[in-house]
Amino acid sequence: MSTIAPPSKRTAPAVTWEVTDGIATVVLDVEGQPVNVISRAVKDEFLACFAALADDSSVRAVAFFSGKADNFIAGADIEEFVTLSSAAEAERLSADGQDMLDRVARFPKPIAVGIHGACLGGGFELALACHYRVATDHPRTQIGLPEVQLGILPGAGGCQRLPRLVGARAALDMILAGKSERAAKAFRLGMVDELVPPAILADITLAAAKRMASGWRPKRKRPGGFVGFLLDGNPLGRRLVFRMARKQVLERTGGNYPAPLGALEAIEYGLRHGITEGLRREAQLFGQLAVTDVSRKLVQIFFATNQLKKDPGVANAPAPVRVQRLGIIGSGFMGSGIAGTAVAQAEVDVRMKDADLGRVSQGILAARAILDDRLKRRRITKYEYARIVALLSGGDTYAGFGRAELTIEAVFEELGVKQQVLREVEAVLPPSGVFASNTSTIPITRIAEAARSPERVIGMHFFSPVAKMPLLEVIPGARTEPQTVSTAVAFGRRMGKTVIVVKDSPGFWVNRILAPYPNEVGHLLAEGASIEEIDSMAVRFGFPVGPVTLLDEVGLDVAVKVAGVMQEAYGDHILPPPGPGVAVLVKEGRLGRKSGRGFYTYTGGKKRGVDESVYGLLGVHPNGGPRPAEILQRLVLGMVNEAARALGEGVVRSPRDGDIGAIFGFGFPPFRGGPLRYADDLSAERVVTDLQRLAERHGARFAPCEVLQEHARQGTKFYA
Amino acid sequence: MPGLNGRRVAVVAGVRTPFSKAGTSLKDVRAVDLARYAARELLERTNLEGTEVDEVIFGQVVPSALVPNIGREVSLLPQFPKEIPAYSLNRACASSNQAVSAAHDQIALGNANIIMAGGAEALSDIPILASRRLADILVEASKAKSLGARIRTFAKIRPKDLVPVAPAIAEPSTGESMGQSAEKMAKENHISREDQDRWALRSHTLAAQGTADGRLTAEIVPWLSSRPGEAIVQQDNGIRTDTSLEQMAKLKPVFDRRYGSVTAANSSPLTDGASAVLLMSDEAARALGYEPLTFIRSYAVAAVDPGWQLLQAPIFAVPTALERAGIQWKDLGLIEIHEAFASQVLSNLQGFAAKGWEINEDIINVMGGSIAIGHPFGATGGRLVTTLSNEMQRRDVQFGLISVCAQGGMGFAMVLERR
Repeated sequence: MSTIAPPSKRTAPAVTWEVTDGIATVVLDVEGQPVNVISRAVKDEFLACFAALADDSSVRAVAFFSGKADNFIAGADIEEFVTLSSAAEAERLSADGQDMLDRVARFPKPIAVGIHGACLGGGFELALACHYRVATDHPRTQIGLPEVQLGILPGAGGCQRLPRLVGARAALDMILAGKSERAAKAFRLGMVDELVPPAILADITLAAAKRMASGWRPKRKRPGGFVGFLLDGNPLGRRLVFRMARKQVLERTGGNYPAPLGALEAIEYGLRHGITEGLRREAQLFGQLAVTDVSRKLVQIFFATNQLKKDPGVANAPAPVRVQRLGIIGSGFMGSGIAGTAVAQAEVDVRMKDADLGRVSQGILAARAILDDRLKRRRITKYEYARIVALLSGGDTYAGFGRAELTIEAVFEELGVKQQVLREVEAVLPPSGVFASNTSTIPITRIAEAARSPERVIGMHFFSPVAKMPLLEVIPGARTEPQTVSTAVAFGRRMGKTVIVVKDSPGFWVNRILAPYPNEVGHLLAEGASIEEIDSMAVRFGFPVGPVTLLDEVGLDVAVKVAGVMQEAYGDHILPPPGPGVAVLVKEGRLGRKSGRGFYTYTGGKKRGVDESVYGLLGVHPNGGPRPAEILQRLVLGMVNEAARALGEGVVRSPRDGDIGAIFGFGFPPFRGGPLRYADDLSAERVVTDLQRLAERHGARFAPCEVLQEHARQGTKFYA
Repeated sequence: MPGLNGRRVAVVAGVRTPFSKAGTSLKDVRAVDLARYAARELLERTNLEGTEVDEVIFGQVVPSALVPNIGREVSLLPQFPKEIPAYSLNRACASSNQAVSAAHDQIALGNANIIMAGGAEALSDIPILASRRLADILVEASKAKSLGARIRTFAKIRPKDLVPVAPAIAEPSTGESMGQSAEKMAKENHISREDQDRWALRSHTLAAQGTADGRLTAEIVPWLSSRPGEAIVQQDNGIRTDTSLEQMAKLKPVFDRRYGSVTAANSSPLTDGASAVLLMSDEAARALGYEPLTFIRSYAVAAVDPGWQLLQAPIFAVPTALERAGIQWKDLGLIEIHEAFASQVLSNLQGFAAKGWEINEDIINVMGGSIAIGHPFGATGGRLVTTLSNEMQRRDVQFGLISVCAQGGMGFAMVLERR
């Protein structure tokens, strides 16, 4: 009697394998997706695969790879995650994942994994469960556990296996910040066992599997050496480590984000009570975090930014022009920030131009400082640095601008100056060249009046400092053609920015909805509130800095200028406080951080404290003022009201764009989802009631706008 | 008039960095950075896409041990595609002339349409060598198999082994330095100290005029500060407006203190700088919309026994170049003679005069020469091609000549034409 041998090669949609010389090569390739994500379906396939491999006596070891060219596994399937409705359900999802990886970890045959490309979240947790990890030294190989960025924690054993592999400190560092690391760093930390060039990844991983099949096991040193032993290797040191980490998390999050604390607890609990208990606690905490409002908001933002990454910014847009050379006029703070970010992120050839060589030279050095910083932080190697630095050049003529597909001006904020620059640039640009103005206050349509080709004039409003601020507002003028929009949007994205397309109206979106905010500071000060109190209330709400500090950061001269434009445009509801206002500080040469003095004093680049003489200059006295809760309400609702009004005027295309703009433009607390989402959460009815009460007490500037009133009447929301 | 062989080759544009005396404003800059700067700025000025360039050729006389192939580093500028081949060459002080003529050949033969040629030298950054014995010990130590063996090898180092060796500008075949050769030529050709000083003063006066009226600065791309607080370099810093024959007469001869006449004032200084020249086939230039400055009509290289008059080979190269160009000395409207030493220039002119050629100083080095402007060995040729081409265009001169003496007893000559 003969039996038919099971075929040694099987196929399944995502997980496939092949057995050669006793080694099973398993490949994950989720069809129709640019990257691999782990869904329930993939999980089931994995389990089936491993069950088959366990039964197959010809298999002695396993080598696991991704079938994607430049991606290992991007993480768990977030679409699945958002459908979770209860903590119990989420806990089950986590426990299921843990269970699968437990089977991987306990698999009777050793598993080596070859990692190339992003290996994140659940993908790295899978790799952690394997017995030997080989990664490529390619820049695309990024390894990490970013879960806390979505308000959750690594819930498939990541909080247990990583600290056991690399020590508590390194694991906390990675998990609590949701960081990912380049392969070289991951190797240094012990997250992977070997670092190899991509060309030999498969060979080396297979060789490791073979070695393990014949009984070899990797020897891993205790992470961190002697200091590692002192801090990670014993309960006493660990307690110190966890106390410090908790303190840092609270400082960083202001207690508004539960996920890092949850992750910390999962790690600590596991190290104290053993891995089985640790996994149970990890799943429990995952369940709790997954249904928090904070996590929901962070996931919404994640989806919104992902949608924006694919949004051409304009309907039926022709493909954007690929920018290879960027011209920049004006090499001041903004111009050099744009230049440095453009070379660092988009690696385009940048030519700067300013009135004299001294300024250009300064500008290039300032742009280079952005690269110096990246080099220092080891985000780029010295060879990458050398290559990128050579992209920066400049002069006092328009030489070289004839090759610029895009030119961005960042000259003095004055219509005549900008129009003059536009005329000069148009004379030298190639026929299809786009001219973008980095204005914050001047209508693009006005600037474009000086243009021969207004269809190729557009606004690109960057935020300062350009290298750090993630938002870009793209502003089409009245005659701007769609391809100009898509070109600006696409290039902004290559610069690493989240791009929203906004209407050409005073203040655009961010400065518009921000306008009532510092304005209210004036009213509050006049009523006797103190600077510290105003700032601390805003920070408690979740803003990165308070409105007074924000004024100092922006520069008081700029703020006064913007405020003037806003009052002129929206004088019916943006009413300045009585008294001399911030202009008096500007007159005194107090421009904020950049001049060392504003509301606060600054020495050696550090904020020191409130400069008490400010009160005298402003003619106000800090003697109590409104209740803290009222301060907060006035600051926030004024902004919400303006956001609703601007949305109603079509300044942004959707609540999504508006909220993303507020979060990335000036740090509206992400866990609150943005001003419009926040209004939805409060309900329009309540916002309107509160505004009406404020209006009665403080005047028409708080009168709820029509859009809010309509939502209140209909009981509807911005996000339907 | 078309070239005698193959396709016509146009000089489209040229630039150079400021030339700075060694140890001054460009002392911290490597030659490769100077070369890359000049090359990139030439692309800017001409608005040329780097993708159009077929090859890069750069000259350098004293290469750095760390960057032996400067040409390739230039072609690896991000403004060029990585697929542009490149090489570096050394024909001593005529290196970038050689780069230009090599580019000419490739274009004339139809192997390329557009080539960037140039040269660079950072005499602030010459390689200082370890002594032979120290080098031997280091090599031995690197092969040592154990720490003990390595320490024993290092223990052999003696203080005198640590004295570094600076390369001298001397002929390997005769041991005679450049300056000594210039001194010898002054004596053998009876060039007086006064005549030499007068030529040097003329060089400074004309270079100062060229700088003041912008003709000379037009070819310079300003060197922007590479770190905060560093000055921007916009002009050559060897050109003197404050010197006089009386002052020059006070200087002591350097190479023969008793009977000599060659001084620091009538010699070219050690200099840092780079130059780059864009060459195209006539058709390519026209297709891309460039108006050529000049065309290369002919060139020639000659050499003499270095033990004779080391810097006198131009008197053999020039007649050949003229003959190949099919023109005569009197047809020349402008002449650029490289000024290594005033005694060499005057010796060369004497040699030309001996052929019955009339020397019209009004058309020679009309914006001064290397004595005033400076002489970064590898870069001077590119400067001469650029300076001459620009001036031929300004004056609308039909024929111009470049004559360069070079180490090793070599001479280089090239004839440019306007139409």
